[in-house]
Amino acid sequence: MNPRHRRRIPAAAVVLAGVLAAAVLAAVLAGCGGSSSSTGGAGAGSITVYSGQHQQTATTLTNDFRARTGISVNLRSSDEAALANQILHEGGESPADVFYAENPPALTVLSHQGLLAPTDPTTLAKVPTRYDSPRRDWVGVSARSAVLVYNTGKVTTAALPASLTDLAGPAWKGRIGFAPTETDFQPLIAALVKLRGQAAAKSWLDGLKSNGKVYDDNETLVAAVNRGDVAAGLIDHYYWYRLRDEVGAAKVRSALHYFAPADPGALVDVSGAAVLKSSHHAAAAQRFLAYLVSPPAQEIIARSESYEYPLGSGVTTAKPLRPFSELRPPAVGIDDLGDGRASLMLLQQVGLI
Amino acid sequence: MATASSTSPLPVPPRLRRGSPPRGLVLAAVGTAALTLLPLVFVVIEARTISWGAAVDLLIRPRVASLLTNTLTLLVAVTLLCMVLGVAAAWCVERTSLPGRRIWTMLLVLPLGVPEFVNSFSWVSLDATRFQGFRGALLVTTLSYYPFIYLPAAAALRGSDPALEEAARSLGLGPWRTFWRVTLPQLRVAILGGGLIIALHLLAEYGAFATLRFPTFATEIFAEYQLGFDGASAALLSLVVVVLSVVFLAGELGLIGRTRYARIGSGAARARRPLDLGRATPVAVAGVGLLVALALGVPVATLVYWLIHGGSTTLPSASILGAAGTTFALSAAAALLTALIALPVAVLAVRHRSRVSMLLERSAYLARALPGIVIALALISFSIRLVHPLYQTQTLLVVAYAILFLPLALVAIRGTLVQVPPRLEEVARTLGLRPLGAFRRVTLPLIAPGLGAAAALVFLSAATELTATLLLRPTGSETLATQFWNYQTSLAFGAAAPYAALMVGICAPATYFLIRRLDTLAT
Repeated sequence: MNPRHRRRIPAAAVVLAGVLAAAVLAAVLAGCGGSSSSTGGAGAGSITVYSGQHQQTATTLTNDFRARTGISVNLRSSDEAALANQILHEGGESPADVFYAENPPALTVLSHQGLLAPTDPTTLAKVPTRYDSPRRDWVGVSARSAVLVYNTGKVTTAALPASLTDLAGPAWKGRIGFAPTETDFQPLIAALVKLRGQAAAKSWLDGLKSNGKVYDDNETLVAAVNRGDVAAGLIDHYYWYRLRDEVGAAKVRSALHYFAPADPGALVDVSGAAVLKSSHHAAAAQRFLAYLVSPPAQEIIARSESYEYPLGSGVTTAKPLRPFSELRPPAVGIDDLGDGRASLMLLQQVGLI
Repeated sequence: MATASSTSPLPVPPRLRRGSPPRGLVLAAVGTAALTLLPLVFVVIEARTISWGAAVDLLIRPRVASLLTNTLTLLVAVTLLCMVLGVAAAWCVERTSLPGRRIWTMLLVLPLGVPEFVNSFSWVSLDATRFQGFRGALLVTTLSYYPFIYLPAAAALRGSDPALEEAARSLGLGPWRTFWRVTLPQLRVAILGGGLIIALHLLAEYGAFATLRFPTFATEIFAEYQLGFDGASAALLSLVVVVLSVVFLAGELGLIGRTRYARIGSGAARARRPLDLGRATPVAVAGVGLLVALALGVPVATLVYWLIHGGSTTLPSASILGAAGTTFALSAAAALLTALIALPVAVLAVRHRSRVSMLLERSAYLARALPGIVIALALISFSIRLVHPLYQTQTLLVVAYAILFLPLALVAIRGTLVQVPPRLEEVARTLGLRPLGAFRRVTLPLIAPGLGAAAALVFLSAATELTATLLLRPTGSETLATQFWNYQTSLAFGAAAPYAALMVGICAPATYFLIRRLDTLAT
């Protein structure tokens, strides 16, 4: 081998890199030792909350909770379905004390697996019974309404549908967007099954499939409607308000349409929270649930950029939304929304997923 | 070191050639393979809970056929397109008089620091109707993955001996036929290794295809978890992905064959005369420039647009520095660990080729084809029961990165290892060094650039990883990718943009390292 300089440089570099890398590894290991001791040695003064909720609002809530009670909160914000799957795989070993979801199915599936603890009756009493778990193991915290968002340049108000089922008709060919893999979409299917039956729900999905454009999530969908990529879309009301905040009211080319009273499309869906049975800080966790439905927390939700409706303690939204009392949801109970399996099977049969 | 030679009286140590490999090496390689097979064990356990009838219903339906078509068509198209683009760009930069060679190299590699989900998000926000479905998926993934071909191809072109091509020309071959018959075969390992990496990435990729509305097995698996909370169905679909990846792994092995690539001495130490492009220079500049503009320009321009126009744009809080620090430390640790555990597997496969060693090497690639959510849930299930104190620590996250990105390291190390003649080690052995000593003093310095490239590639991938990071990170700790995701999902694009920009920023040093490594190959 010819002894050239470049052979020596990498060798020296490797030693340097090795030292550097060892230092980094040591730092990481030390760092995680620190973080695990801070969660491990949390005691009763600290709880862990898995939250699928709007992160900024959840952070405001947990900070306020700590200021009021001295109990600090380790907040794990992620997608609600990812968190529910995580808890399912953690089983009884879960480090979570509270699960704060976005839709009932994520809570129902954990309830069916026996992973949730009963909620304090005083907490449940703060919220209308129909928005709580029928098994009384989670409490409704906030609500949102299903709506149609439409591009004002592409849909005239006269052409707006009265019912969700109209969207499967020929008038909406190529004009309706929806996000079938969103956890927000399944409750609509479940509502249709409950009100019109399995066969009607399936034929509606068939019609929607041939009419519509599939989007990955409601964030993409509402932006697409606003741009005019698609004439209208099925979303929950708050996505539109959040989009309006982001692009500015001047660039809004879309509006919301509420379906007729008692129509499946007028569904009001609930975000709830539960204490896990495996929690080692059950008392503190129950206090957090009680806090979530108390006036201070509900006021935070009422004013937050998440644009959800507060459900507890008689607080009403401070945002310019259609008043909650004027929403006319259909007679669909929490249990009718199921644990997602039935909706998934229908979506698979139709070939949407 | 020196004592090794004095304690060994015999000039020729026993079991010098063709003997069984050192036990420590085998143990280390088995350890690595076992780690990477954990997700597979998890998938099998989960899939067993499903009944035969339900399994048939799930697998035998039109949707699965269309997923299979989608996945395979895209895989073939993207891999071939990446090969063409990667080799063409590498050839232009390395072998022609293209001006600004160093800048082009940097710009052509930097897209590795742009996460696929940022890339796809940029194209969709550019024109959501045009860049979606197959077309969008083809465009975005090709632009994200061609560097996996470009890098090794550029390295091979720079390191190869000009005399071979000159001899071919002097024997009467034209420039094109010289390229096909002499140059291209030398790129074979680089192209096949890169192609394999791309194929595995495509099988596992979720975020980009979700945004681009192109259903593949990965998006379907995700939907099973997302909508049905159904681990069993997801696991069954994951098994299909595993079967597909086994086919590719066997295929690549067959195509590489047993050709030897090592030679002693580096050939002519004189500079290669680049092909004078002459009048074609503007065409070449335009071509390479267009590739860079699409792969790097579009995502960067989108980020700048949102920084300026996003309603939620604020000065990023101090937490952005914390997130950057966490991302850097995690990625650096992952780079180190991955290179470390890949080394024994690569050495065993290259130096002690046998059915068992090849099986070990191939199994180390398998996990990469599984979507990140499957690997993350597997690690959740195992760690929370078996090594509870490690659960939701950065250590476990680093281990997850190592499992995910091991193939990148393996391909990079394998590529340099095959170029080191075993004879050099044998000479060291006859001079009295023990196997480990010979490896450390002869082989290790020679493959150091490969190890560095392995670490840099893992760093780039870990710094932009999202799915597994969301599930495995310690509660309360955020990386740049998770913060970007948090803001993006609440439609706060302006607030999200700085995190993505910083992600590209901290990837720049690793990219620079990869380019420096190319320079060490220059003659």
